[in-house]
Amino acid sequence: MGLAERILKGDVRAAARLMRDIDDDLPDAWHELKKLYPKTGRAYIIGVTGLPGSGKSTLVDKIVEIFRKEGKTIGIVAVDPTSPFTGGAILGDRIRMQRHSTDDGVFIRSLATRGYLGGISRSTHDIINVMDAMGKDIIIVETVGVGQDEVEIVNTAHTSIVVTVPGLGDEVQIIKAGLLEIADIFVINKSEREGAEKLEQELRVMIEMAPPRQDGWTPPIFKTEAVLGKGVFELIYGVSRHRNSLIESKKLDGKNKLRTKKHFLKLLQTRLLESVLGRMEEGETLDKMLQQLVDRKGNPYGLVEKIMREHLKSHLRSDHGGKGKTHS
Amino acid sequence: MSPKRKIRILIAKPGLDGHDRGARVIARGFRDAGFEVIYTGLHQTPEQIVATAIQEDVDVIGLSALSGAHDYLFPRITELLREEGADDITVIGGGIIPEEDIPELNKAGVKAIFTPGTRIEEAVAWVKGHVKLRG
Ligand SMILES: Nc1nc2c(ncn2[C@@H]2O[C@H](COP(=O)(O)OP(=O)(O)OP(=O)(O)O)[C@@H](O)[C@H]2O)c(=O)[nH]1
Ligand SMILES: [Mg+2]
Repeated sequence: MGLAERILKGDVRAAARLMRDIDDDLPDAWHELKKLYPKTGRAYIIGVTGLPGSGKSTLVDKIVEIFRKEGKTIGIVAVDPTSPFTGGAILGDRIRMQRHSTDDGVFIRSLATRGYLGGISRSTHDIINVMDAMGKDIIIVETVGVGQDEVEIVNTAHTSIVVTVPGLGDEVQIIKAGLLEIADIFVINKSEREGAEKLEQELRVMIEMAPPRQDGWTPPIFKTEAVLGKGVFELIYGVSRHRNSLIESKKLDGKNKLRTKKHFLKLLQTRLLESVLGRMEEGETLDKMLQQLVDRKGNPYGLVEKIMREHLKSHLRSDHGGKGKTHS
Repeated sequence: MSPKRKIRILIAKPGLDGHDRGARVIARGFRDAGFEVIYTGLHQTPEQIVATAIQEDVDVIGLSALSGAHDYLFPRITELLREEGADDITVIGGGIIPEEDIPELNKAGVKAIFTPGTRIEEAVAWVKGHVKLRG
């Protein structure tokens, strides 16, 4: 039995294995993903992003506790950064969630960014698909803790939660710099700290000043104290309100189409590039081309045109392309 | 082996020890060797450790213990792994473990024990030499 069949029968080990193969980019993983795809599209995806140490993992732990009491099954994808110097990573988000590790209704997977930008890993969307096929009702993605450029979660999740904390001084500036547009919900965590009220006011002004959103949704602000679980129930209510608003305004389909589009285009882009690079290795090497560009013996614009022409021509001739296996 | 394969290791601390400084140093050592280290903090039960290792699909579980409960906890973990059909995951251990306990632990399926004073490079080299990545 293949991994996909085993996963659909509820085999946790097989699911974990496939996630590994996806993360390591093994060609066989695609074969399994193809078989799982018809079984996906049922889970609701929640993104949790925000500043490092703001309490994302602690919040996720408490959110899971409440969902579990409602009988929902949960998948968690927790992303931490890969060290650019060593290629290694310490994945520590689980520390705050370990009490759920032996709960059959919860599956937690830690991922490293492996050089991918955007706050998640290249593999995140496909790993969500595996959890979705496993039958998880809700999948929560915790992004790496950075303040900006985490926009990719917005193309991955149905509801994006942005977590901030009082007392940093320039929280609002940080949020303006990249998190404002992506937040469906704001959380002020560690709200027992001084400055929570002020931060809330500033956020509120910022939300009011922002250009109206196309979906007509105004992001609410929730104050939480995640270590004690305070405010988490209200936060979950906020998530379900956002979800209902997506459904009632018929925006959920559009959102799913956008998520699908981003994922599909990324896959296409990656495969096309691999295919082109694979062919280039057979003839002129990339390195040689780069040297020509550096020496101004060629220009990148013309070179890209030439490669594209040759690539398309050879595809038409051979009718199959690229390296690796082609499954259909 | 695909060039994108990376060794994944779970560094876990079973038992009731009050601090995890040593385990964190080890975690950093493996990270610096290019491994992906799943770190779960203090007071992990054998059940939690095994469930985590399976969900994270690690190649290796590195157990760290100071409290002297290794003679019960380490074999319990290898036993649970066998029950789950996951005994292809390599288990190693470290900490304050008397020399005379080591043969018994080896027999229980703990493949290597690193006693205090072992350099992290040695542990890294051992793992690289003993772990066969799939694919
Ligand atoms: N005072 C206070 N501390 C909190 C609260 N919530 C979380 N913390 C603490 O903040 C620290 C960081 O919490 P995490 O949940 O690991 O934060 P994170 O955002 O997941 O961190 P990264 O994943 O490393 O970015 C921990 O020591 C938590 O106990 C809170 O409401 N109040
Ligand atoms: Mg975290």
